[in-house]
Amino acid sequence: MSNPVEYKYSSEHEWISPIVDGIVTLGITDHAQSELGDVVYVDLPAVGDTFSKEDSIAVVESVKAASDVYTPVSGEVVEVNEALDAEPGTVNSDATGAGWICKIKLDDPSELDELMDAAAYEEFCK
Amino acid sequence: MYDIPCCMRVYVLDANSIWGYNLGRMNAESIKSTPLCDKHVALGAKMVPFAGWNMPVQYTGIIDEHNTVRSTCGVFDISHMGQFLVSGEGATEWLNSMFTNNLNKLVDGMGQYSIMLNEKGGVIDDLIIYQIGKDNFFVVVNASMIDEDYAWLTAHKPEGISLVNKSADYVGLAVQGPTCEEVYAKLCPGVELPVRNGILMFECDGDAVVVCRTGYTGENGYEFFCPAAQGVKWFEKVMDCGAKPCGLGARDSLRLEMCYSLNGSDLSPEKTPLEAGLSWCCDLTKEFIGVDVLRAQKAEGRPTALVAIEYTGKGAPPRHGYEVQLPDGTPLGELCSGVLSPSLGKGIGMAYVPAALGKVGTEVNVMVRNKAVPAIIVKKPFLKK
Repeated sequence: MSNPVEYKYSSEHEWISPIVDGIVTLGITDHAQSELGDVVYVDLPAVGDTFSKEDSIAVVESVKAASDVYTPVSGEVVEVNEALDAEPGTVNSDATGAGWICKIKLDDPSELDELMDAAAYEEFCK
Repeated sequence: MYDIPCCMRVYVLDANSIWGYNLGRMNAESIKSTPLCDKHVALGAKMVPFAGWNMPVQYTGIIDEHNTVRSTCGVFDISHMGQFLVSGEGATEWLNSMFTNNLNKLVDGMGQYSIMLNEKGGVIDDLIIYQIGKDNFFVVVNASMIDEDYAWLTAHKPEGISLVNKSADYVGLAVQGPTCEEVYAKLCPGVELPVRNGILMFECDGDAVVVCRTGYTGENGYEFFCPAAQGVKWFEKVMDCGAKPCGLGARDSLRLEMCYSLNGSDLSPEKTPLEAGLSWCCDLTKEFIGVDVLRAQKAEGRPTALVAIEYTGKGAPPRHGYEVQLPDGTPLGELCSGVLSPSLGKGIGMAYVPAALGKVGTEVNVMVRNKAVPAIIVKKPFLKK
């Protein structure tokens, strides 16, 4: 399973990239995409939307299931991965890279401290 | 005993009572497994509860398996489905009073799609009945309805007719797809396939097998039944002969493209087969349970009709329970089934709507999380073959 060591992970199976200029990238984990199966649609948030920690920020849909993506951090969406509109399957093929969902300008960087590192997340998935 | 396949919070599955997630009355102990269960797990299948059974929803992926059946050949475990044997003098007459289609149209070795109704004309189950010989029938029913069907038939059965529930005796393999005949030639060398809707019972590799030329995918195919104890052997043989294992996810998307009804989703005890668009298998000139209601509906008009709804643009996949509205916001009904069609690349679904408002060409909206996705009522089936 591909869980980049520099990322942080939530118990709802989202990943958060390291902070750059107060901004992080959010996606769903390889484990999550594998459990979902073929992703056929991603309901993205709008740039400028603000979310609190644990809000549903996006919906990832496979053939059989629709799953909320809960943001583990609070903040404002500054960019979304519009390429997923045409190629939602990128979430399956590269969940922790090109299958990213959105970028968030953090309200409170300390929220990241509550998340798991890669080793803890892998243990959590067992 | 079983895990929900996604550990994220799945809040919509293509789900009603059938797709196991909200089967509140079912506990882990009561879920059943087919004799092929360990083999499915060994093949890497994701297992989900379906109609009380622990079944493979997919192996490699639903879209891949869907496309396999449309392009080459797939095999589905249908051991969860039920089989009854009905025999004895008067069996034809009795079953004709229980089912909507006319058994007098059948000859030996042929089967027909039929429906069993309650007194209100609502659907108890849809089934396929094969005539093995005079007053001798093989009936295949839905997995979720085996006990209910058996109880209903038993309660109405005259003395002297034998009704035997053989459901646990068979493993069933649905072999479906354009290359299924090549698979069959290797599987049962020297044996002809039965004709469309036909049934053949013969011995092959030491086992008494039943082959029915029917399916639920819209492709050329057959349903192969063998003794349960030999199920793994035959499943492996079918795969070795060129069929790829496919799960219930693909089975659902394949059948919905053809507008084949799924009992529990598209058929219910509250809806008649006329409302479901199945008048072609209801012979109103004969007497059967529920016929009075159908005759009245035919004379006065159906209150609702099960229509096929197709997205006209892009949108989140349509799913069971989503509301269907007219463009002005008038509610029409809810989707009973829905999927993003792998073959057509667009959302498709079926819904009961007021019959007068359900004309082909009517523009509607499917409401997805408070967003209106434009769609249109189309002629069935979605996939024109």
